[in-house]
Amino acid sequence: MNQMSTEGYTTADGRKIGGVMMEMKNITLRFGGVKAITDISFDIREGEIRAIIGPNGAGKSSMLNVISGFYVPQEGEVWFRGAKRPPMKPYQVAQQGIARTFQNIALFEGMSVLDNVMTGRLTHMKSGMLEQAIWKGKAEREEVENREVVEKIIDFLEIQAIRKTPVARLPYGLKKRVELARALAAEPKLLLLDEPMAGMNVEEKEDMSRFILDVNDEFGTTIALIEHDMGVVMDLSDRVVVMDYGKKIGDGTPDEVRSNQAVIDAYLGVAHD
Amino acid sequence: MPDQLLYAIEVTLNGLMAGVLYALVALGFVLIYKASGIFNYAQGVMALFSAATLVGIMNGDVPFSHLINAILGTDIHHFGWHVPAILAILLTMGVMIFLAWAVNRFVFKHLVNQEPIILFMATIGLAYFLEGLSDMMWGGDIKKLDVGLPQGINETIDEVTFNLFGYGFFIDNLDIVAAVVAVILVIALTLYSQYSKQGRALRAVADDHQAALSVGISLNYIWILVWSIAGFVALVAGIMWGAKSGVQFSLSLIALKALPVLMLGGFTSIPGAIVGGLIIGVGEKLFEFTLGGMMGGATENWFAYVLALIFLVFRPQGLFGEKIIERV
Repeated sequence: MNQMSTEGYTTADGRKIGGVMMEMKNITLRFGGVKAITDISFDIREGEIRAIIGPNGAGKSSMLNVISGFYVPQEGEVWFRGAKRPPMKPYQVAQQGIARTFQNIALFEGMSVLDNVMTGRLTHMKSGMLEQAIWKGKAEREEVENREVVEKIIDFLEIQAIRKTPVARLPYGLKKRVELARALAAEPKLLLLDEPMAGMNVEEKEDMSRFILDVNDEFGTTIALIEHDMGVVMDLSDRVVVMDYGKKIGDGTPDEVRSNQAVIDAYLGVAHD
Repeated sequence: MPDQLLYAIEVTLNGLMAGVLYALVALGFVLIYKASGIFNYAQGVMALFSAATLVGIMNGDVPFSHLINAILGTDIHHFGWHVPAILAILLTMGVMIFLAWAVNRFVFKHLVNQEPIILFMATIGLAYFLEGLSDMMWGGDIKKLDVGLPQGINETIDEVTFNLFGYGFFIDNLDIVAAVVAVILVIALTLYSQYSKQGRALRAVADDHQAALSVGISLNYIWILVWSIAGFVALVAGIMWGAKSGVQFSLSLIALKALPVLMLGGFTSIPGAIVGGLIIGVGEKLFEFTLGGMMGGATENWFAYVLALIFLVFRPQGLFGEKIIERV
């Protein structure tokens, strides 16, 4: 990418992308004897939509789990906002401002949509246990403030109509949207989306794409997403990392990646003779 | 009104009061089960342990005095002071919070992702450990617990009912206090879990661990919080039962009475624990009153379990429990 410097770059549609926010350096992750990720390095820049793609079993989700702290890599370093990150628990990563969604949707099924989205605000609530218990001063003010943020996000994602509905009753596509709302409620610096369009029909996919673009545009949120559907990702993302069998086989703009022979082989198969 | 009916009403009222105490113990079970999926067999022993600790602190007893004396050859038993009830209750709460921390640090932290049956076994171990610890710290003799709660017949009720019906109801003051405390406790806990930040985090953890982690909730913190609250509930139950029948080993057996209460109310419902407790309390008293004579008495020993069994057949999730639906 020639227009790129340490200070960032400008995308084809004229958006300014900033410096490096997160950098993965030589990450290797093993489960017992199985290598899920082998020596992968890449970075994510401020304001960017970064995609990680690859065929099934390529190690994309493992990579996302490394970023969000669910897996701890055996080798390599994770740098976030200019500092090396020590091994962290997932909840500590979340407190640092990295929010995520899950491939198989992890919502609080017994709670209403509103309550689910409110949990996304937990990292922003600073009042102590005692204040909470007697519901005075800071605690009350905080609840009101956070409620406002949450309502804005609910409006933004067009889920006002279902705000009081228990999540368990919602159809799949809406659940995905609620999960996105919960992650957004944290006002994350970095938003991780694990297959946001998996299992959706064409219309739902278009909606979700629109939301992802809008989130990036309106809130300036940096987004890293995983998909194995090439088509959607290429339209959406600024830069793409391609993984196959736990290795990085390509990295660049969608156009660059599309013309990369290794990527074509991985997706279409290659003749062995 | 005929005497029989009046007497039945009195029995019902007393049953309600007893039911409140069952509910208090059941509440502790529900809290931990909801948040961590652990069925805490030790809940009853926690009530015993907290009551014994409270008595020990109030009397100024030296903890582990038998052990210390045996090793050092000394003969100390008391510090020689008396601690006021309120302060002693606060100190005991401190001990229960420490216990909550220790249980998580030394037991359950190492059992994350284990089968429920293993966690259950761990709580059985915990129950025996706590029982032994309680004996070792404060001695195994029956202790009298007096934190200044009113006891004995409530004379106002006796008088009013006597003037109205010509028959005075016998209701124990302590039961009334217990009922009031239980109601306040349940309302407070419900409000706390519905509207506070920690309450929301608590419900989140109960629902989905992974999702809870992803929004920045520390599971460890929540578990310690939950065990502390359960410790507090155990302390309240311990004080009520202890004041009623003395602090002794049989206190830990009320936990077994809480089991049918849970089966009735559902393991995951706080209101369920209350309603279940009341049904069992009233049910066993009325059953004893009406049919007990015919069945040779002492039906209170088994009535609750039979009722729970019948419930298990027709409504396995209890009155308020989450319905068990398996999607295929």
